[in-house]
Amino acid sequence: MSAKNPEYDFKWCPGCGDFGVRRALELAMQDYMVKYETPMSQNVVVAGIGCSGNLVHLLDGEQPFGFHGIHGRALPIALGVKGANPDLNVVVVAGDGDFLSIGMEHIAPQAARNLNITAVIMDNGIYGLTKGQSSPTTEIETVTSSTPYGKMEAAVHPLELYYTLGVSFIASGYSSKPRDLASYILDGMEHPGFSIVHVASPCTTYNDTYEELKGNPAKGIEPTAWALPDDYDPSDRAEAMKIVHRRGVPLGVVYKDTSRPTFDARMETAGVAAGGSRDVAKLLGSFDL
Amino acid sequence: MAGQSEFVVRFAGEGGQGVVTAAEFVARAATTVGYHALTFATFPSQILGGPTWTQARISREPVKSPGDYVDILVAFNDYAYQEHRGDVRDGGVILLDPTVEPDPADTGRRALIVPFDELAKQTGESRAANMVVMGALSKLIDMPLDYFKDFVSRRFAGREKVVTANHMALDLGLAQMEGEAAIADLGEPEKPDYVQSFIKGNEALCIGALAAGLDFYIGYPISPATPVLVYMERNLVGDGKFAYQASSEIEAIAAILGAGFAGKKAMTATSGPGFTLMGEGLGLGWMAEIPCVVINVQRGGPATGLPTKTEQSDLLAAMSPAHGDSSLPVIAPGSVAECYESAIWALNWAERYQGPVIVLSEHSLAERAQNIRKPDVSAAKVEQRDVYAGSNGYLRYEAWERSPMPVPGGPGAYVANGSEHDPYGDTTHLPKYHIQMTERRFSKLRLLDDGTYESRNADHPVAVVPWGGSKGSAEEAFDLLEADGVGIGYYYTMFVNPLPSAMLEELRSKDLVIVPELNYQGQFASVLRAQGVKAEALTQYTGLPFRASELAERIKERLAAAKEMVRA
Repeated sequence: MSAKNPEYDFKWCPGCGDFGVRRALELAMQDYMVKYETPMSQNVVVAGIGCSGNLVHLLDGEQPFGFHGIHGRALPIALGVKGANPDLNVVVVAGDGDFLSIGMEHIAPQAARNLNITAVIMDNGIYGLTKGQSSPTTEIETVTSSTPYGKMEAAVHPLELYYTLGVSFIASGYSSKPRDLASYILDGMEHPGFSIVHVASPCTTYNDTYEELKGNPAKGIEPTAWALPDDYDPSDRAEAMKIVHRRGVPLGVVYKDTSRPTFDARMETAGVAAGGSRDVAKLLGSFDL
Repeated sequence: MAGQSEFVVRFAGEGGQGVVTAAEFVARAATTVGYHALTFATFPSQILGGPTWTQARISREPVKSPGDYVDILVAFNDYAYQEHRGDVRDGGVILLDPTVEPDPADTGRRALIVPFDELAKQTGESRAANMVVMGALSKLIDMPLDYFKDFVSRRFAGREKVVTANHMALDLGLAQMEGEAAIADLGEPEKPDYVQSFIKGNEALCIGALAAGLDFYIGYPISPATPVLVYMERNLVGDGKFAYQASSEIEAIAAILGAGFAGKKAMTATSGPGFTLMGEGLGLGWMAEIPCVVINVQRGGPATGLPTKTEQSDLLAAMSPAHGDSSLPVIAPGSVAECYESAIWALNWAERYQGPVIVLSEHSLAERAQNIRKPDVSAAKVEQRDVYAGSNGYLRYEAWERSPMPVPGGPGAYVANGSEHDPYGDTTHLPKYHIQMTERRFSKLRLLDDGTYESRNADHPVAVVPWGGSKGSAEEAFDLLEADGVGIGYYYTMFVNPLPSAMLEELRSKDLVIVPELNYQGQFASVLRAQGVKAEALTQYTGLPFRASELAERIKERLAAAKEMVRA
């Protein structure tokens, strides 16, 4: 149920990490509006399919535009939205299954283009909506409903992947810290290029990792989330490589390269190189007999 | 058969031997002086080499199909000779490279050896072999050599050396035909009193789309749709325009949906395999109600199929590319001129009913170069979207019919949703909303009943009803039948889904509707039958277009069988 639409009956499970991510996105969009004096209608949230994608229906307050499409294709839909109107602030929300399994093929092209959008990925390491199958980020040998004898594939390490593909802004966080997350997301929105904010967002039903993320000294569990050093410089590519290779969930902006032109800037340059708009009658005239 | 007012010349050889440009050259030269021409090409799927052939049909009168038989075959190698000589009519001429040994038993056709390459070398321009051919042709078709010479002078204006060499090649070719009788006599050309375009189907589609105000194009290279991508990349540029190469057809369809959602007129072009990949996205466009246009330039299928051959086997896929209840509007042009028209109609329909529209072209049209009356782009009737202009709080999907569409950046924020949704666009599973939204989506097709159609001899109880690229062959078959005193009706529309209701009404009253189509299943016939028309297909699945004369024979046979049945 959402505030705007009492008839909408989708619910996340109690304690789902996605609640925190939703809050973070609301905060980031509001901050963006205030900072850049733009109306909420300039924001477009393109959602993938899965628990996380339902976020687009559950936002509180003033509503952005939303596009809840098909499984795995949030990025290319966002390419169309941004290509059509570069002034829009385009945000993709998707889960690890949507983004890293069926949608994996779309990450590299957007990274190569440096498409100026922000993807917020909710990683719970499981397929929740279909009730507990293994996902690309499920660790090897894990038993799930679709891997009864243990998962036989190595887990994808998303940050390392993004880094390798040339994503120009990579942040990492976890869902229990919506204020921090909101600041990473706002950073991503402001970043001139393709930004991904990868969020550990536990599934309380099928893969509850809260304890691992936060740690539990009483049980001798070390936290998997860890803070970046105070003097960490995300523009240093060599340092960033060390961070993405270290396992666990670093908290903060891991990598940021502002030196590359954005896709829409390149489009504009190409338009100038082409000599501006064409006149259709003239184009047709070139076929005159 | 000297004295005939038209001829077909076919060039066959290896890709890279100038075969590809030869037919277009002769067609251009002939149309420039006022004849009518139409080309047909089929290329192998490889960059260089491979058996290639093109042909041009040249006539004093307008032509509608590639032509049934070959009057003059130019064979650059033995394979081409063996492969194509059977298509040369009795009394026809075959020009052969000296490396080819003509079959002495073949007395019906004149085989003439012409050392194309050797003569070309004499001109100092080894690429002039084609001009040697043209010189020889000019004698065989009784066309003044000056037509070709003038054309060469204009084409290579400013490049004197090239012009001189090519003129010399033309003379050398003509000299080779010393004493040979002409095979055709086109008579004096009549230049029409209006401006003409010499243009290919794919190019006409592009111009039509631009005339209709296309903003956004993204596509993935695939034969035979690639020229559309290349043209758009070059020309859909500047302020607010976007053309780009996608990483896949899946990306392309998703991106045009994003662009359509964001308020733009968006389009992609593909062929069979790419179209299949777009299926889920097209379902999303129907479900979320996003205007966009997908051109499917059909080739032979399924799977990779026949990438460079022609077929009309994607009709059912075009109407229902996705799972679930949907019926996508399909416009199938039947000529180069209709390629231009269909793109305008498609973009208008997409904006009007707020959903995806399919343009179903095919290889034979895409690569067909033809002289057509120059379209008047300033007269193109262009429709714009009904954009929501009220205040926030609008329920995008509240109505049971089409309703104004909000555009990001403006008022009326909503969620465009590919899941079944309620008036807000929020996901729902409630029966009342699935009923409402399903009926809402189908109701919008009623907005598309303005498609036009043609008919001849409409009173006859039997009609031949071609679709798409088979239109030209069927029209010519109809003419042959008429000349033969065989009575039959003829109907045609490029609006194959939804069909113009008035035409459908007429077809329902027929005793028999004969549908010539290039597929095994008889796809359009089955579509007509599902709508209460007694339709039967005449099929062909060779990868090549119909021959008008063969089609006329088959229609005649079918009519005779029908009469037999009535008698029995």
